[in-house]
Amino acid sequence: MKQVNAVIIGAGAAGGVVAKELAVAGLSVVLLERGSWYTANDCRKDDLRNQRTTVLGNAFGPDDDRNPRIVVNSKGELHTFVPSEGPYSNNAACVGGGTLSWGAQAWRYMPQDFKMRSTYGAPPGSSLEDWPISYDDLEPFYEKAEYEIGVSGDYADDPFHPPRRRGLPMPPLPPGREFEILGPAAKRLGLHPFHIPMARNSVPYNGRGPCMRCRWCCGFACEVDAKNGSQNTVIPVALSTGNCELRTECMAKEILSDDRGRARGVVYFDAHGHLQEQLADIVIVSCCAIESARLLLNSKSRLFPNGLGNRYDMVGRNLQGHQYTGALGYFAYDTYDDIGPGADIAVCDYNHGTPGLCGGGMLANEFVRLPIHTIDRLPSGTPGWGLAHKKAMRDWHRRTIAIIGPTQQIPTAEARVTLDPSVKDKWGIPVARIQGNCHEHTYEIGDIQAERARKWLLEAGAIDTRLLNQAQNAEKLTRGPDANKARSLSNHSDVVPAGQHQAGTCRMGNDPQGSVVNRTCQLHGVDNVFVIDSSVHVTNGGFNPALTIMAVAYYASASLVRNWKGTGFRS
Amino acid sequence: MKSESDERAEQLTRRQFVAASALGGMAVAVGCRAGARGNWEYLTDGQAGTLAAICDQIVPADQFPSASQAGVLTFIDRQLIRHFRGHQDAYRDGLEQANAMSRNRFGLDLADASEEQQLELVSALEHESNAFFELVRTHTLEGYYGSPRHGGNRDAVSWRMLGLEEPPLLGRAQYDLRKGSPS
Repeated sequence: MKQVNAVIIGAGAAGGVVAKELAVAGLSVVLLERGSWYTANDCRKDDLRNQRTTVLGNAFGPDDDRNPRIVVNSKGELHTFVPSEGPYSNNAACVGGGTLSWGAQAWRYMPQDFKMRSTYGAPPGSSLEDWPISYDDLEPFYEKAEYEIGVSGDYADDPFHPPRRRGLPMPPLPPGREFEILGPAAKRLGLHPFHIPMARNSVPYNGRGPCMRCRWCCGFACEVDAKNGSQNTVIPVALSTGNCELRTECMAKEILSDDRGRARGVVYFDAHGHLQEQLADIVIVSCCAIESARLLLNSKSRLFPNGLGNRYDMVGRNLQGHQYTGALGYFAYDTYDDIGPGADIAVCDYNHGTPGLCGGGMLANEFVRLPIHTIDRLPSGTPGWGLAHKKAMRDWHRRTIAIIGPTQQIPTAEARVTLDPSVKDKWGIPVARIQGNCHEHTYEIGDIQAERARKWLLEAGAIDTRLLNQAQNAEKLTRGPDANKARSLSNHSDVVPAGQHQAGTCRMGNDPQGSVVNRTCQLHGVDNVFVIDSSVHVTNGGFNPALTIMAVAYYASASLVRNWKGTGFRS
Repeated sequence: MKSESDERAEQLTRRQFVAASALGGMAVAVGCRAGARGNWEYLTDGQAGTLAAICDQIVPADQFPSASQAGVLTFIDRQLIRHFRGHQDAYRDGLEQANAMSRNRFGLDLADASEEQQLELVSALEHESNAFFELVRTHTLEGYYGSPRHGGNRDAVSWRMLGLEEPPLLGRAQYDLRKGSPS
């Protein structure tokens, strides 16, 4: 195959952005994606098979048959999981990655989120650290992401919002009923509610129409293509330059390196299972935190016997995600308006500044709920089956509001991805093994956030509430829509809940011994390999991470293009 | 080609199960057992009868259909050779055990026991064979409240029960949502 300037592995939030930036700058690019390219026609509205409710599997990959992972609990017991099971910590495998079927919350992290160690000090046992770059470094690239991807919302009522040069390109969608109920209550509590920023068209934008506000939102491909991801924004732009070739259903095996310690290209299995070699001047790894670490660890050579960029045993460490906690409120009247996306109101009052806590997180109402989600979210004491359960479904499905939020995890070096020595996937590549937990302080913050959510619901008039915190999660695991797999999962509540917000495994830093990539996402010690995705996040903020992933991708691409036009990477 | 039991169940659905739902439940259960070979992709007719009795205690009929009336057996049966295939043994052994418990207690197959006896037995099952019970409970509720495309929740009956429009009114969009407007 013809050598190209850049090969990018993974066409998700980050890979799509990098492909577009490099292709527009004139580099020849091959974009490899292990999944398929879905379109709006693949929405299917299947409550049982989507990216969020996986009773019958994932809709947008990876498939259960070929992609196992091993999870090790604190007792050292090994369990095999497939992608549709919770502890697997899956993210979608398709063109667009998670941004095809996401809920599309498009948050900027706060300045403190990049300075967690200097703001709070590292709790003993944690690996809390500052990013080597600041919010100010990323601000122009946040803005670029907001305009190129397309974000709607309104920050006017958020006093905690960091400085920004321009407003969002689209106004928010009109508020749903939950906004009407929760907004005044939040203000009575002295909080500052506002419209969630969403990568979703509220008005025609970028050649596509606005959201039609259906029930099948988070977890689904958008039927009217009003939800913005890399698959319907930057990737089409990259392809239209003529400089970028997208190859789908291609599974990367390893990164090749030469005798001088530079990368030569990538070996991958194509859609027919044939081994192919793509040579390139630069290699960009954008496979999401767990798979990026796995690919580097699998790229062993004489100079890198423990994996590419892993001289100091840092690749795969500091795995983190978000600690999701909150509360359910039950109301005496209908709160459900059956209007998507459902999530529309948030407060950032609790992200920082609570004495004794290292950070916190944003709190928001949850996405529009499907009936299947209510099965195990009825008031405490409701029988799990029988006439009483059926009646409770009728009584409460339209009368609950959930407030939850992504509590920022305090990372540890022990929460990590390694290679399993014996288990291989269907291509024969060693699979990822996940072990270790985030710092216990995370759970303390999460439980406090849950209480705050409950207080907000009570102020809004809830007649009954139920916490969705660590203890309740444990209860849910033994009885839930996933009861069969939950039983094994309950053994794993002591493993880091990384999930689709997974991050941290190729930490960005200035010290080659304490991090994996430098401040421009370049691998320490290998100057033509870049890791550009959530792997580089030093900490993961108290927000959904996708916009930050994209901003970092724009930022790293800009530096990459600058270097390319200067000295170039060609040997 | 529709089997006899499918047709009967559909007729019952159309009648909306007003008061005769208990009778309807029995009719479907009987229909399943008496049906022609090949009614099911995985289950035997005997297993299907036992499973119907358990499912219909998890979601009993009231003014809305029971689990089996809404097609939950079809859902579970289809998936037992697809996504639930790893649970085949659990179902085979669990259903056999449930039937054995019924014969022990009542001298009857579970499918032939009275409603009260079935309720008693399923309650016992929850305590004595919890793993199997939770499996069936989960699958039953998923089938009943999930997407009609998989065979359960026939005609979106559970969604209608919850007051959700089916098919949903798409495109009503944001313009109806001024504060205070009825939805």
